[in-house]
Amino acid sequence: MNNEQWPLYEIFIRAKSGLSHRHVGSLHASDADMALDHARDLYTRRGEGVSIWAVESRTIIASDPAESSALFEPAADKIYRHPTFYEVPDGVENL
Amino acid sequence: MYTQGLDQKGKESPSASEDESRLQQFQARVDNEEKIEPKDWMPAKYRNTLIRQISQHAHSEIIGMLPEGNWITRAPSLRRKAILLAKVQDEAGHGLYLYSAAETLGISRNEMMDQLLSGKAKYSSIFNYPTLTWADIGAIGWLVDGAAIMNQIPLCRCSYGPYARAMVRVCREESFHQRQGYEIMLVLCRGSDAQKRMAQDALNRWWWPSLMMFGPGDANSTHSAQSMAWKIKRFSNDELRQKFVDATVPQADHIGLKMPDPDLKWNEDSGHYDFGEIDWSEFMEVLAGNGPCNRERMQARQDAHSNGAWVREAAAAYARKQADKSSKAA
Amino acid sequence: MTDPNSVLFDYLLRLGDNALVTGQRLGELVGHGPELEEELAVANFALDYIGQARMIFELAGKVEGKGRDQDDLAFLRDGMDFRNVLLVEQPNGDFASLIVRQFLFESFYALQLERLMESSETELAAIAAKAAKEIEYHLRHGRQWLCRLGDGTEESHRRTQSAVDALWRYTGELFVADDIDKSAADAGIGPNPETLHKAWIDSASSALAEATLTIPENEWMAGGGKQGRHSEHLGFLLAEMQFLQRAYPGATW
Repeated sequence: MNNEQWPLYEIFIRAKSGLSHRHVGSLHASDADMALDHARDLYTRRGEGVSIWAVESRTIIASDPAESSALFEPAADKIYRHPTFYEVPDGVENL
Repeated sequence: MYTQGLDQKGKESPSASEDESRLQQFQARVDNEEKIEPKDWMPAKYRNTLIRQISQHAHSEIIGMLPEGNWITRAPSLRRKAILLAKVQDEAGHGLYLYSAAETLGISRNEMMDQLLSGKAKYSSIFNYPTLTWADIGAIGWLVDGAAIMNQIPLCRCSYGPYARAMVRVCREESFHQRQGYEIMLVLCRGSDAQKRMAQDALNRWWWPSLMMFGPGDANSTHSAQSMAWKIKRFSNDELRQKFVDATVPQADHIGLKMPDPDLKWNEDSGHYDFGEIDWSEFMEVLAGNGPCNRERMQARQDAHSNGAWVREAAAAYARKQADKSSKAA
Repeated sequence: MTDPNSVLFDYLLRLGDNALVTGQRLGELVGHGPELEEELAVANFALDYIGQARMIFELAGKVEGKGRDQDDLAFLRDGMDFRNVLLVEQPNGDFASLIVRQFLFESFYALQLERLMESSETELAAIAAKAAKEIEYHLRHGRQWLCRLGDGTEESHRRTQSAVDALWRYTGELFVADDIDKSAADAGIGPNPETLHKAWIDSASSALAEATLTIPENEWMAGGGKQGRHSEHLGFLLAEMQFLQRAYPGATW
């Protein structure tokens, strides 16, 4: 069984120019060419894409949700990063 | 449904070591309609229930390609041939979306394939019935896909992110399936006497199995409560079954077909159709492997899989050779 | 002097029948492929071919002017009135055989379509333009698989070489020009198939070599499909395909 194992690829599709690639799912393929072909057949049958990225799942590095508070919460209280934090006097434009 | 709640024997008892507070936090997230994503903490039972449910759903799509695939080469017009090809292709696609969703929970495609082909995994009982005439293709689209849609739309709001997203994609594609099935029946019913007879015969054979798709009655569905609490299941079996009957009977009336149920009648007080007793012994037999086509379905998939082994090996071997070449060249 | 309409009609039937028979063969794989993703791909190809057949037959029916539509042409002609080449009616066999058959035909069909895009028959040119994009994708898929199977394992190599040995004799017919081909070429409808041979043999040889496959030495070529003399396989294919229309004559589906 191991001899025939085809690696798992994650697939990202750009629906149309101007948009980012979005993750749509995964599939198995024996090589990169096949991954693209299969992605086209599986995820763009109804014209849903102009560009495909296929990435071997094992190469993806993901943040750990258990650490999400350490990773993400500190940003929540650095409110000076948001434009709404700053007062702009009435009548001042282009700011 | 394609997810009939089969195999849910509740073998795992909630692990005493699963932090009570984590369970509560988890339940709070679910109650809040937050989506659970692949690497989030989840109770073992939630994970295992989902793996079983999603993989059963995927297997059903794949096995479902067979009764309909039977008629691709015999479709009675080029348009029907093209539509049927597109439909069966969609089913392969749905199976693949679902296998992909299941793999995010830690099970591999190979494991799921092994479970299916060894007979350990279940798939929807409906696909163990034969497609004997062209009208069966109409009946399957109209009734079986119709029933599937009833179940799948609520699943678009299921708590597990990848499953919900897969269902959104599936539902978008599914409505054409039901419509083309009904159109087949409509055309037959407007056709010759022989065609009308073909349509009625197909309905006679597919009606009760379609009702069984929704699974056992609520009184006999002991594991639904947990699935409902975890928002893996959103409506009860009986609720969905009733909805399906209420929607479908008028559709049959419209084209002059009759359900094979002498007890079927409109109940003015309840505002629903009353219908006859389902033969649950048939359902249990089919689940146990004694339906008309269980063996043939399994054999077809086993053959495809074993006949395909040398192909899959060749592709893997070629990929290795190419990888070796490029690393040497590097 | 042959009626130009009847030349065009016969020429279109050849194209349409190639597409129809190929689509029918590919449709047989559904539910039986070596991997789900491949079944999806092959079903796509079948759909492309059925789509092409439908468009070509509609045009043919118009040209004939006797009120026959795509289904009349597909379901109510017997074998001796079918005009597909022998290559496309050969059974799928194993996956290697399917891939080899598809590659040998599609590498020719791509060249034919390229020239048909310039057909003096504008509707045919439009159909060809659409089909050309589809076939380009099929060929890409086919060439990759030819390599994977030819240069994969010993078993896959053996099966693929067998397929090449068995199917090579059907490639000759693709490039033999009969009167209809010559009249069609004179009228600018489509290319004289003889003129496609060099480009085809170059690309086919290089693809086969890349896949570590050899071309058989026996030069004998089968023929007759374009003239309605088919192999035994076509009868069975038509019996299955046409059954419902024959059993319920005149019915609407």
